[in-house]
Amino acid sequence: MLLRQLSEAFGVSGHEGAVRQLIVDAIKDVVHEYRVDTLGNLIALKRGNGVARKVLVAAHMDEVGLMIVRVEKEGSLRFRPVGGIDPRVLLAKKVLIGDKKVPGVIGVKPIHLLEPRARQQVMPIEELSIDIGASSKEEAEKLVQVGDYAAFDVSFGELGGALRTVKGKAFDDRAGCAVLIDLLQDDYPFDFYAVFTVQEEVGLRGARVAAYSVAPDLAIVLEGTICDDSPKKRDVSPTTVLGAGPAITVMDRSVISDRRLVDLLLTTAQRHNIPYQFKQPGMGGTDAGAIHLARGGIPSVVVAVPSRYIHSPVALLSLNDLDNTTRLVRRMLRQVHELDLDRA
Amino acid sequence: MQTKEFLKRLSEASGVSGYESGVREIVREGFSPYSDEIRVDTMGNLIALKRGETGPGLPRRSIMLAGHMDEIGLLVTQLEKGFLRFTTVGGFDLRVLPGQEVVVHGRRELPGIIGMRPPHVVSAEEREKTIPLEQMLIDVGLAEEELDQWVRIGDVVSVERQFTELSGELVAGKGFDDRVAVVCIAACLRHLTTLKHTWDVYAVATVQEETGLKGALTSTFGLAPDIGIAIDVGHGNMLGVSEVDTVDVGRGPAIGLGPNIHPAMYARLVEVARTNEIAYQVDPIPGASGTDAWAMQVTREGIPTALVSIPLRYMHTSVETLALKDLERVGRLLALFIAGLDEAFAQGLGLGPQA
Repeated sequence: MLLRQLSEAFGVSGHEGAVRQLIVDAIKDVVHEYRVDTLGNLIALKRGNGVARKVLVAAHMDEVGLMIVRVEKEGSLRFRPVGGIDPRVLLAKKVLIGDKKVPGVIGVKPIHLLEPRARQQVMPIEELSIDIGASSKEEAEKLVQVGDYAAFDVSFGELGGALRTVKGKAFDDRAGCAVLIDLLQDDYPFDFYAVFTVQEEVGLRGARVAAYSVAPDLAIVLEGTICDDSPKKRDVSPTTVLGAGPAITVMDRSVISDRRLVDLLLTTAQRHNIPYQFKQPGMGGTDAGAIHLARGGIPSVVVAVPSRYIHSPVALLSLNDLDNTTRLVRRMLRQVHELDLDRA
Repeated sequence: MQTKEFLKRLSEASGVSGYESGVREIVREGFSPYSDEIRVDTMGNLIALKRGETGPGLPRRSIMLAGHMDEIGLLVTQLEKGFLRFTTVGGFDLRVLPGQEVVVHGRRELPGIIGMRPPHVVSAEEREKTIPLEQMLIDVGLAEEELDQWVRIGDVVSVERQFTELSGELVAGKGFDDRVAVVCIAACLRHLTTLKHTWDVYAVATVQEETGLKGALTSTFGLAPDIGIAIDVGHGNMLGVSEVDTVDVGRGPAIGLGPNIHPAMYARLVEVARTNEIAYQVDPIPGASGTDAWAMQVTREGIPTALVSIPLRYMHTSVETLALKDLERVGRLLALFIAGLDEAFAQGLGLGPQA
């Protein structure tokens, strides 16, 4: 399963090369051309049969992770987050550092040596460190340099069941990458620009320049999105629900989706009996936030695979949702060039 | 079995306190090449005997080596909308649990995740607080109606972590506390095959240490050894912890000293280490050692007890870290200590003739 390789590949924001290479290998035989732009976006073109419309479909390659910012004299590594990571998820986790994938662990003072009060305190990221087994700065610097990226060391796994659940890291947004790669297997009447973006997690940086250079007529952003459907005391929205189908964004913090594209997704889903759900409006932000404001504005919509525990070491999604997301977007793309985008 | 390979297998096996049967079979494999007899007692302790060659006319003496094979874990308390609520078995810092992978030992083994809600949905206020047990859930990815079929209240849950080799011959993993002692005891037994020893050696992999030293209590009673040594882990040096509270990882066994330890046992261990040039560290323990030694010492009419610890960082987490070179040292120290045991030492401890 390509999702396994995508999930296990190493691609913290600003260092997406390994993921990009994996994707190049997966798509190079089905696209007409591809290039890597100056920020590192992978922009692939699959030409249509003459319909004069450019459609951009984007998924981001990068994942949240850590960056090494200092090597202590005892050989421990200080780090800071790259992208949004809740420091409460870091204690006693395993990471891989740099291109050599040096293994390290985020140490924790043992409970036996903690005052009861300290057990109730959140450890700020500044006080955490990574142990790679080095006993001095010199020893550590043979393996790791300041500025190296670290990613969670988590292997992909199938949990199964009716939802065909899988677990792994970086489903945000390797799930989107997997869907986009799958979509490229088909032919389309219009020019299909598949854009695998960089640096989404640090501010939608890659999408912004890619949308400028492609200058599409419309854009579809594929995501692995928040799924917060565990039982809670307070009755709050789950944002999305696992197994309930692709999540369509009407509005999030970064974009108000183009209603015409939303409606096309809805009619497509209904016509083909594809389950779908609306993502709770107002939550999160995606590459669409940058794309829809590129140049003079680009009609954009977001479709996402619900994924529990994103931005933590290990996330979980339903392959049913993944497949239905692909089905929905594939079906929608067959008609998207007929959509009248004139505002007149 | 190679030391590292043995530790890896033990570490990756599951054996939450009270449910040690999985790991026990691996311990048995490790002990059996060097043992004359192996049995499992009522509580589940694995007891291997390596007989000594007692001189004519001398009483039969025995030493018990104890290392616990249980690990801290979790237990399912409730099934709720496809998720599992749980409690802890043994002493957890709850802060290590969010984002941790686990295995639920239901009617089949189910991999799961202690889920962490994404930062997008967590308020700034919430982020300042640790997550209480009541708000943590295990997710095995099954739909609500499927879950009942596989999981019941009371099923145990073990922490999942692959054994990892760090640089400098350090390794990290879960359950090193105290499976590493099992590795050291096996190394001791192996050394003893090349040494002459007059005392019987009971190598005991104890159960339920993490929930109150229970296996040591009953196995020590059952064996009634003349003396005992508990092998456990001691807090290793780490960033942010005072050196006063730690021993150095990679600098050799920590030999315990304090009320839990018989002074003559301590002195002999130090002497053996010095004579044989085995690196060691003194580990002053002013009160309860929190190890099987605490239970052994007050069994029956009292048993001269010692404690040898392997320095280990981040105790009771899934990334416990230790130096492999300390393991062989512990094994040698124990073996040489045992080889040196004689009737004079027994008399020095004031031990009566054995029944």
